[in-house]
Amino acid sequence: MLTYLLKRLGLVVPIALAVSAVCFSLVYLAPGDPLSAIVPSDASVELIDQLKKEYGLDKPIPVQYALWLGRATVGDLGTSIATGRPVASEIGKAIGNTLVLAFAACLVGFTLGAVFGTIAGYFNGSWVDKTVSAISVAGVSVPHYWLGMVLVIVFSVILGWLPAMGAGPGGSGEWRWDAEHLKHIILPAITLSVIPTGIITRTVRALVADVLSKEFVTALVAKGLSQGAVFFHVVKNIAPTALAVMGVQLGYLMGGSILVETVFSWPGTGFLLNTAIFQRDIPLLQGTILVLAMFFVALNLLVDIVQTGLDPRIRRA
Amino acid sequence: MSAVTLDGGAPVGTPAKTVGYWAGVGRRLRRDKVALACAIVLVAIVLAAIFAPLVAPVDPTKGSILKRLMPIGTPGHLLGTDELGRDMLSRLIFGGRLSLMMGIAPVFFALFVGSLLGIVAGFVGGRVNTAIMRTVDVFFAFPSVLLAVAISGALGAGIANAMLALTIVFVPPIARVAESVTTQVRGLDFVEAARASGAGAWTIIRVHILGNVLGPIFVYATSLVSVSMILAAGLSFLGLGTRPPDPEWGLMLNTLRTAIYTQPWVAALPGVMIFMVSISFNLLSDGLRSAMDVQR
Repeated sequence: MLTYLLKRLGLVVPIALAVSAVCFSLVYLAPGDPLSAIVPSDASVELIDQLKKEYGLDKPIPVQYALWLGRATVGDLGTSIATGRPVASEIGKAIGNTLVLAFAACLVGFTLGAVFGTIAGYFNGSWVDKTVSAISVAGVSVPHYWLGMVLVIVFSVILGWLPAMGAGPGGSGEWRWDAEHLKHIILPAITLSVIPTGIITRTVRALVADVLSKEFVTALVAKGLSQGAVFFHVVKNIAPTALAVMGVQLGYLMGGSILVETVFSWPGTGFLLNTAIFQRDIPLLQGTILVLAMFFVALNLLVDIVQTGLDPRIRRA
Repeated sequence: MSAVTLDGGAPVGTPAKTVGYWAGVGRRLRRDKVALACAIVLVAIVLAAIFAPLVAPVDPTKGSILKRLMPIGTPGHLLGTDELGRDMLSRLIFGGRLSLMMGIAPVFFALFVGSLLGIVAGFVGGRVNTAIMRTVDVFFAFPSVLLAVAISGALGAGIANAMLALTIVFVPPIARVAESVTTQVRGLDFVEAARASGAGAWTIIRVHILGNVLGPIFVYATSLVSVSMILAAGLSFLGLGTRPPDPEWGLMLNTLRTAIYTQPWVAALPGVMIFMVSISFNLLSDGLRSAMDVQR
C-alpha cells in the first residue's frame, strides 16, 4: 500500500504542475498586454516600464511562471485589479460558500442517485427501471441554470415559499447554520444536484444489475441467505466504484457551480469568476481557477486512494 | 473475433440477401421509436432555424415599447413578447441559428482534432502515445464547465471565443476514446495479417483502422453534443457568447431573468428549447449506440 501511495503521489505532481501552467497561461490568452487593465491608456513609456519591472513582466516567461508558482505555493495569488485586495483572501471568503453549496448538492444527489439506481438495478427491465432511466437522462440533459430559474418561478414567485437569491437574509455574504440560511440553500442545492443525481443513478443502476447477474449472488440465494443479507453483499461489491464516481462528482460540482451561483446570486467562487470576467480581472480569474482545479486534482487523488483502500483488486492490477 | 466468424454465417451456395452495415443501422434506428421521435424533433428545429426568415412570423429584432412582456397566447404573438417587446416565437426560431451552431460546431471541430490525435497516439504507440495522452490528461484535471469558463473568460466575450473554448474542452475526451479504440483495433488479428502481407502504415490506417474506429468515436461525439448545447448556451447566459440584440437561447434566458416576476413562463421559454435539443441529442445518441452496436 505504501509503494502504491508513493507512486500515486508521484503521478499527481506533474499533473498539478501542468494544471498550474495552464492557469498561468490564461494571462497570455487574454487580449492585450497584461498591464493594459491597470495602466491608463495615456501613461508614459517610463511608467509602463517601471510597472513592468514591479510586476516582473520584464523577465522571460518561464521565469515569470516560476516566480508566480513560488508565490502561489505560499498563498500569494496576487492582487485583484477590481477590488485592490489580495486574491487569496477574496477566494478564502468565497470558497466556503461554494463548498457548503457543493456538499448540500452532493447530499441530495448521492442519496437520490443511490436510491433510484439501486431500485432500477433490482427491477432491471421493468417499468420502474424505465422511469428511473428517463429521470436520469433528463437529469443530465437539463440546462441546470434554466432549471434553477424554473424552481425560482415556482417556489419563490408563484408560491412564495423560498427566497430567490443570496445565501442568507439581506444578501448576507456569510454562511451560518441557521434556519434562514438553510432556507436559502434549498433551491440552489436542488438545482445543482440534478447532474450528479442523473450520473450516479446511471452508474449505480448498471453496477447493481451487473452484480445481481453474477454467479456468487445466485449461490448466496441458493445457500438460503435472506434478501437483506444478499443486499449487503451487493452493496459491498458496488461501494468502491460508486464512491469513486461520487467523489469525482463533488469535484465537478465545485468547479461547475458558476452557472447556478449566477442564477441564485450565491456569494461563492462562481460569483467571483463572474466578477473577474466582467471586470477583466485576470489575477482574480487565474487564482480562482487555480484553486478550484487544485481542489479537483486533490479530490481525484483522494478518491483513488480511498477506492484502492476499499478494493484490494485495484492495487494488484 | 476469430477467423472463422469473419467468413460470415451465411452458408456457401445460398444466394445471401446482403444488407449493408449502414442500411442495417438505419433500419434498427427506424424501429427505435424514441430515437425516431428525437430525430424528428431535431430535424424540425434545425430546418426551422435554417429557414428562419420564411418560418418566423415577424422580425426577431424589432420590438415595440407598447407591447413589452405580453403573455403566452397573445393574438399576433403566440408565445408572447420579451422585455423589449420583441416577438418570442420569432426570436426562438431565429435563436436556433446561433445556439445550434455554438453547440454543434465545437463538437465537430473537436471530433476532427481529437480523432486525429487519438488515432495517431493509438496507432504509433510508444513515446508519441505517452506525449499525446499525458497532455490530454492535464485537461481532465479541470471540470469541463470550469475549463470552458476559464478559457472563454480569459479570451473575452464573443461567439468565436466561446466556440474555441468549447472545442478545447471536447478535444481531450474524444482523443481518449479514439486512442482506446485504435489501440484495441490495432491489436486485432486482421491488422497483423495486413502487416504480414506487406501493407504500409498508411494503407493499414486507411483501410483497416479508420473503418473500425470512426463509428465508435462518432457515436461518442454525438453524446457530447448534448453537453455542448448546455455549455454553449451557458456561456452565453454568463454573457460570454453572443451580444444583444442577436437572438440566442442562452442570452435570451439571461436577459429575461428580470422578467420572472412579471411574465415567468415567457422567461422560461428559451430554456425549454435548450432542454429539448439537449435531451433529443442524448436519446438519439443512445439509439445510435445500440443501432451501431457500439460498446462503451
